[in-house]
Amino acid sequence: MAHRTFFWFILPSLAAMLLFIALPLVSVAVQSLHIEHEQVLKVTKNCGPFGCKEETTVDAEATRVLRDQKPLGRFNGLKTYFDRGHLATAEVAQAWQERSSLGGFLADLYNLPLYKAIGFTLVYTFVVTPLVIVLGLAIALGVNRVTPILKGPTIFVSLLPMIVTPLIGSLILFWMIDAQGIIGKSLQYFFDDPELSLKASPALTWMTLIVYGIWHSAPFAFVVFYAGLQTVNSDSLEAAQIDGANRWQQLRYVVIPHLMPLVIFISLIQLMDNFRVFEPIVGFSAQANATSLSFIIFNDLRGDVMRFNSAAATSVLTILGVTILLLPVLIRTWRDFKGKAI
Amino acid sequence: MTSRANRASKPLMIASTGFVLIWVFIAAFPFVWTLWGSFKVQGDFFSKADWRYALNGTRTAIETGGLFTGAGYEGAWVQQEFWRAALNTGIVVLFTVLISLTLGTLGGYALARSGHNYAFWLLMIALVFRAMPHITLVSGYLLPFFEWNLWGHLPTTIIVLVAINQPFTLWMLHSFFLNIPKDLDESAKVDGCTQFQAFRHVIIPVMWPGVITTGLFSFLLAYNDFAVTSMLLSKDNQTMVPAIAGFLGSTFEEGNVMFAVAAVVSATAPLFVLVMFFQRQIVSGLTAGAVKG
Repeated sequence: MAHRTFFWFILPSLAAMLLFIALPLVSVAVQSLHIEHEQVLKVTKNCGPFGCKEETTVDAEATRVLRDQKPLGRFNGLKTYFDRGHLATAEVAQAWQERSSLGGFLADLYNLPLYKAIGFTLVYTFVVTPLVIVLGLAIALGVNRVTPILKGPTIFVSLLPMIVTPLIGSLILFWMIDAQGIIGKSLQYFFDDPELSLKASPALTWMTLIVYGIWHSAPFAFVVFYAGLQTVNSDSLEAAQIDGANRWQQLRYVVIPHLMPLVIFISLIQLMDNFRVFEPIVGFSAQANATSLSFIIFNDLRGDVMRFNSAAATSVLTILGVTILLLPVLIRTWRDFKGKAI
Repeated sequence: MTSRANRASKPLMIASTGFVLIWVFIAAFPFVWTLWGSFKVQGDFFSKADWRYALNGTRTAIETGGLFTGAGYEGAWVQQEFWRAALNTGIVVLFTVLISLTLGTLGGYALARSGHNYAFWLLMIALVFRAMPHITLVSGYLLPFFEWNLWGHLPTTIIVLVAINQPFTLWMLHSFFLNIPKDLDESAKVDGCTQFQAFRHVIIPVMWPGVITTGLFSFLLAYNDFAVTSMLLSKDNQTMVPAIAGFLGSTFEEGNVMFAVAAVVSATAPLFVLVMFFQRQIVSGLTAGAVKG
């Protein structure tokens, strides 16, 4: 295809991506370097019967005018990045100097909002992703064995947790795990503890969110693996059998190697999607015990006072995180591409 | 399935069937339970006294006289005007799907037919863009949109969703177009068509299966979105998902939770229908990405 034709074909799509994905990234970077104007102060002389006093008051009108004229605020350099709400370098350094043990240091770190969010985001990402792959594979192997009549309905039902709106899915589960909901009540009965509530402690909240994440994403892995299983070469399976391989060995040495490209594909998609975990925290009202990077950005933008600079700084850090996460994949693809070119 | 290699022993068969049934239960039960509960009063849906209330509807019978009640639905749709949100969702989703497919087919076709290096790089950039958490983009939009008075309107949200959707649409349609033999449009070009005419008369008639599958996923993205719609739409223009979140945030008084439950069920119903009719396309769409990945 000629360069010109290609350009005209891709132009609308490219323009949309540049305007609404690339430019916002620039906008986020610029915003993160600025901070809201300080309030304009004015000094008035107040003369009473007992002499004159100087009073400093906030000039609300001038402040408003200034803020309206320059909504971006004043230049602040990288200060937002290092303040207490973000990287909190001063606090981290202090915690490190005063540490009694590594655990104590980590606990101090966990009290800082950004590190708390990073902690949960990483744990969620790296616990949910492997478990989704394992559960998805198990379901796919199971469905592959059941009688054909059951297969259609099973696939239909399995698609539901994945397709349902994440916020809605988490609300549905949230109502069920409520202390008065069916799962909450059952757990209380099961553990013989009428006070048990999944919302109470951070550990239980984290577990709930992770279980939700697995419930939500396992169908995706299942469907992909199930399709992959249909293409396993039955000759190699039979050959393995003749060589005396038992079921486990067949699975380990024939089926799983065949599915390996799919495992990589699912991990890639899951890492990207789990890293932006957000809706479940809103749905489960879990912000007291678990926050994620996406959630703290949302939180900065939501309140009466929108903290654009804070949200932007967190966004830039999040984007850096995503890039680091994707780097191995990008390098690998680049190598493959180079290899093909030669 | 006639192959010897696939024949399973009896205990294994029973074990795997059991496992699958447990999974089906885990996957489906929350939906069934919520659907059932949405026709009850709050005292039954959250049964303080006895969990069996939820099944036999004791409180519902006392409070309304019947075993089932549509009070939650009435409250949500009539009292809280959930129909407005449903209408807005309809508009947003329809236009998002139409526009992203139009842009995506053109772009995806070009990417599939161009052998040049930059096509590869564009796909890589699209992959990076796809990984961006939506909320980080939203934090980039808000300030400019406020300044230019673009905030709060449906068209703004539609364009933003289209753009966010593009990377995925491009990847998906790109791989579908790769599967359409090159010879088709090449021969049209030999007959004197321009590239666009070849696309118009030869490719468009055969591309619909891929486009429908991609459209389903665009639909899901637009329908399920919370980050963009909750931040970029004013209260009057809210779509269903932020509206449901709003039900919860406003008040936690008796009955209001049931509005949210009814709204949740209402918003899930279209997805149910979608899966029912397009199961095969959804599955093929999920795997198409994997095969090319």
